[in-house]
Amino acid sequence: MQHGKYRFIVGFLVIPLAIYAIFVISPFVQAIYYSFTDWTGLSSDMKMVGFDNYARLFKDSVFWAAVGNSVTLLLLLPVVTLSLGLFFAFMLNVGGRRRKKAVIGGVRGSGTYKILYFFPQVLSIPIVALLFQFAYNPESGALNAFFQAIGLDSVQPDWLGDPQIALWCIMGAMIWANVGFYVVLFSAGMSSIPKDFYEAALLDGANRFNTFFRITLPLLWDTVQTGWIYMGILALDVSAFAFVQIMSVGPGGPDYSTEVLPLYVYQKTFRDGQAGYATSIGVSLLIVTLIFSAIVMRLGRRERLEF
Amino acid sequence: MSVQTTETPAATGRDGAGGKGRKGGGSGEGRVLNVFSHGVLIIWGLLVTMPLLWAVISSFKDDGEIFGSPWGLPSALHFDNWARAWDKANMGQYFFNSLIVVGGSLIGTMLLGSMAAYVLARFDFPGNRFIYFLFVGGMGFPIILALVPLFFVMKNMALLDTYHGLILVYIGYSLPFTVFFLSGFFRTLPTSVAEAALIDGASHTRTFFQVMLPMAKPGLISVGIFNFLGQWNQYLLPTVLNVGDPDKKVLTQGLVALAVSQGYKGDWSGLFAGLTIAMLPVLGAYIIFQRQVVAGLTAGALK
Repeated sequence: MQHGKYRFIVGFLVIPLAIYAIFVISPFVQAIYYSFTDWTGLSSDMKMVGFDNYARLFKDSVFWAAVGNSVTLLLLLPVVTLSLGLFFAFMLNVGGRRRKKAVIGGVRGSGTYKILYFFPQVLSIPIVALLFQFAYNPESGALNAFFQAIGLDSVQPDWLGDPQIALWCIMGAMIWANVGFYVVLFSAGMSSIPKDFYEAALLDGANRFNTFFRITLPLLWDTVQTGWIYMGILALDVSAFAFVQIMSVGPGGPDYSTEVLPLYVYQKTFRDGQAGYATSIGVSLLIVTLIFSAIVMRLGRRERLEF
Repeated sequence: MSVQTTETPAATGRDGAGGKGRKGGGSGEGRVLNVFSHGVLIIWGLLVTMPLLWAVISSFKDDGEIFGSPWGLPSALHFDNWARAWDKANMGQYFFNSLIVVGGSLIGTMLLGSMAAYVLARFDFPGNRFIYFLFVGGMGFPIILALVPLFFVMKNMALLDTYHGLILVYIGYSLPFTVFFLSGFFRTLPTSVAEAALIDGASHTRTFFQVMLPMAKPGLISVGIFNFLGQWNQYLLPTVLNVGDPDKKVLTQGLVALAVSQGYKGDWSGLFAGLTIAMLPVLGAYIIFQRQVVAGLTAGALK
């Protein structure tokens, strides 16, 4: 029996573990090693250079531009996306006309709204990014055509071509793609909050804004925190890479105004042939990610409310 | 009967008390808020649907109309855009590649992920915790960091630009979440059923496939949807690992390659048709299975 058990355990674990070790763990470990070498990525020659790559980071202005943009995304993207998600979810669940007996009620058709809002979540990033790239196109894009149609001919921004606003344009697309998910997620959380809480608060004369900040938000805090980490990782990694790489001119431009850390890692490796240096950028990205998670966990530590 | 008669007056009494003090204010607030919330909600609804509708409408226009009147309706339905995108722009081929890669990796992820999760959740052996955290730790790391060495690992194993190479990588990067979610799920299943099967003489393997796996179906569906969407929409991994052979591109990279090349060739209507081809099947599937999709994705974020 005991023998059979171990054979079973090994048999079930060996293939998943092997795939995971070869394609996920070993590259991560190698990355940290490579960040101390001068490897080009083109040949197998490399030598240890100690902390040279990291020292070079401090003098690299593009790296700092990328750090700045990544941190901007990291701070603003979750705030805006989660706030909009909370706002719409609250509107859906509490914004309805008061019906008989029910103290609070959702708006009519809230199910339909949720289905619509979730649309962007099932589309791939390239589809969303390309759609917005067309909309932002200065010559024939939908946005400038719209401004022209309503008589604002003088307002014809260059959108993605203007270093002042390019990052905001990309952020707009990222927000558009993610809000719907949080509307649905927060709605689910809100509908499980007992109605008596709202009843009691309304009897005490609280208005809807007070009920939101005193009841809904505190009871939803765990979900908000999870969403925060999730959004932060999107802002630092895969999502930011894909949106910036597809939408921005350059990519990363104009004038490095949209350069973000994951894209810079990619460019240094595959465009400039500096794989060793690129991995040291990747390691700094990892450090930013870890600091971010630690801060969110610390800020989010609160009493758990049972209900 | 008596319960009902006592309850109704109490309920109306409470309603009356609530409304009495600020009757006018209360219902007025409700009405204003109702109009306001519908207004706000409709605006966001339009913001979400307009770009999608715009893409579908543009896919029926010719190039002149796309540039001349971006907001107008097409004068005639140019179905030839779709045919051109499917054949000449290779969208058909990319679609087929995505189907193979995602089909293979989804089956692999679910099978291997549930096997590992089952063993880690229900068997005690030395190193159990270590392996579990090894898997789960993969969720928090930036993938881009691993990509540089991964490219060379794949190159040395001659796995670049192959279906099976991409499938293995997709499986690898889907395992952390799958193992995490499913091991939580297997832990909640009753042990008595598995014990009964073992006493009846079933092997561990047989117990897993015939008893535990069917019991875990709700969890498997959630993770399955989560993984399907993630793998179907995957862009970063194929962009790095699948660059040599243009015919092996998956849908997402194919679309981007198409957009870049159309910038020079100027077949915008074909590109919109390509976008619509990529968009509609997923949206259609979502509308049909929206309950499961929403449950699957939100479970994924919460657990």
